[in-house]
Amino acid sequence: MTKDKILEVSAIMDGTVIDHIPADSLFQVISILRLEKFDGMITFGTNLESKKLGKKGIIKVSGVFFKDKDINRIALIAPEAKLNIIKNYSVVEKKLVEIPDEIIGIVKCVNPQCITNHERVATRFLVLEKKKLKLRCQYCEKMTYRENMEIL
Amino acid sequence: MINKSLVSITDFSKANYLTILDISRKFEKDSYKDLLKGKVIATLFFEPSTRTRLSFESAINRLGGRTIGFSDSGTSSVTKGETLYDTIRVVSNYCEMIVMRHPLEGSARYASEISKIPVINAGDGANQHPSQTLLDLYSIQKTQGTLDDLKIFMVGDLKYGRTVHSLLMALSEFNTSFCFISPDELKMPDEYKMHLKAKGLNYSESRDLNESISEADIIYMTRVQKERFSDPIEYERTKNAYVLKNEMLRITKENMKVLHPLPRVNEINTDVDASPKAYYFQQTENGVYVRQAIISLILGLKV
Repeated sequence: MTKDKILEVSAIMDGTVIDHIPADSLFQVISILRLEKFDGMITFGTNLESKKLGKKGIIKVSGVFFKDKDINRIALIAPEAKLNIIKNYSVVEKKLVEIPDEIIGIVKCVNPQCITNHERVATRFLVLEKKKLKLRCQYCEKMTYRENMEIL
Repeated sequence: MINKSLVSITDFSKANYLTILDISRKFEKDSYKDLLKGKVIATLFFEPSTRTRLSFESAINRLGGRTIGFSDSGTSSVTKGETLYDTIRVVSNYCEMIVMRHPLEGSARYASEISKIPVINAGDGANQHPSQTLLDLYSIQKTQGTLDDLKIFMVGDLKYGRTVHSLLMALSEFNTSFCFISPDELKMPDEYKMHLKAKGLNYSESRDLNESISEADIIYMTRVQKERFSDPIEYERTKNAYVLKNEMLRITKENMKVLHPLPRVNEINTDVDASPKAYYFQQTENGVYVRQAIISLILGLKV
């Protein structure tokens, strides 16, 4: 009975389940997807047990099917995230996120002398290497790497 | 008229470079032409740079245009806390083109996105200074008669020197072979060497400024600055190793010229100045013609 109840709360009829989010990135994912401004039904959990990640987060968004270009924005902080597209309570498609070719307004430029760290201008990076995560700032032309990457 | 901004040397193609060099030659023959009569160009210098500003203003004046602007941010609305965004939005209503120098990197790209008129980057921090590169190309072409198949030596601070990076990018279109001479701490960064490899161009690296310069068509000198060294002792050890002296020029080729973006401190001995191989002062004169050409190309003036 209890088990059924949990399922009732967490299952969604139509929408997207984003699974395998690193637990400490959950709120950043919510923020990058601008879900705090979304007025539909959202369920999320964090610090759930995961064999792969240790602790993971999960987000279920009702009635929303993300465009690739939007959902790929989370790939920088949740590279292993899995998407389940739900229609009429069943999974109709599974997707992985992919690091986009251009990243706008998520990552801080590592160069303290870059204009983006001094004026209100959205950062813009060209992704030169996806595996190593080598980003070239379109403004100051300096490189930001995974090791020194900061999320805005 | 290409009506676009010049922010980074890579914004322009090889064809653009060659067009600018052609137009520059016309200005060298006859520099005073009223092509900008009645037109206004802004020179916004958020940090002082006497040589670059005067060179641009001379270019604009020779074209019959007028300039508005400021020569350092202390005399501008920046002191009142105005953002670059607001300054550019406003100034772009006053003139045909903006020439801008700013201490922050990427500021010129940002300005070119905001501005409805073309922006010429006259230096954005340590990032780009494309008119310098074009005047370097002009000087090389003028003294060597060609840009193709030359052997270029770059000496000094190759790690932080923006002029050598931009010049390398531009010359990589012309089958150049390079020799990089610098202390270990100031070596040419890997990304530029990778670029040359990808283009199939030859380069070599050395710590010593020695006999190998006998092969050079151009020696491009840069300043080794003390503050670039993490170890002050290392600086003291190396500072004199990258000074060009007149006696060293004896073994160099007849056609060889010494270039330097200036200001020079002590990396070229003053006894080089009198040598016919010293070209760094003529280089600055070329800068005016090249800037006239850049402005003409961007604004579509019929030269």
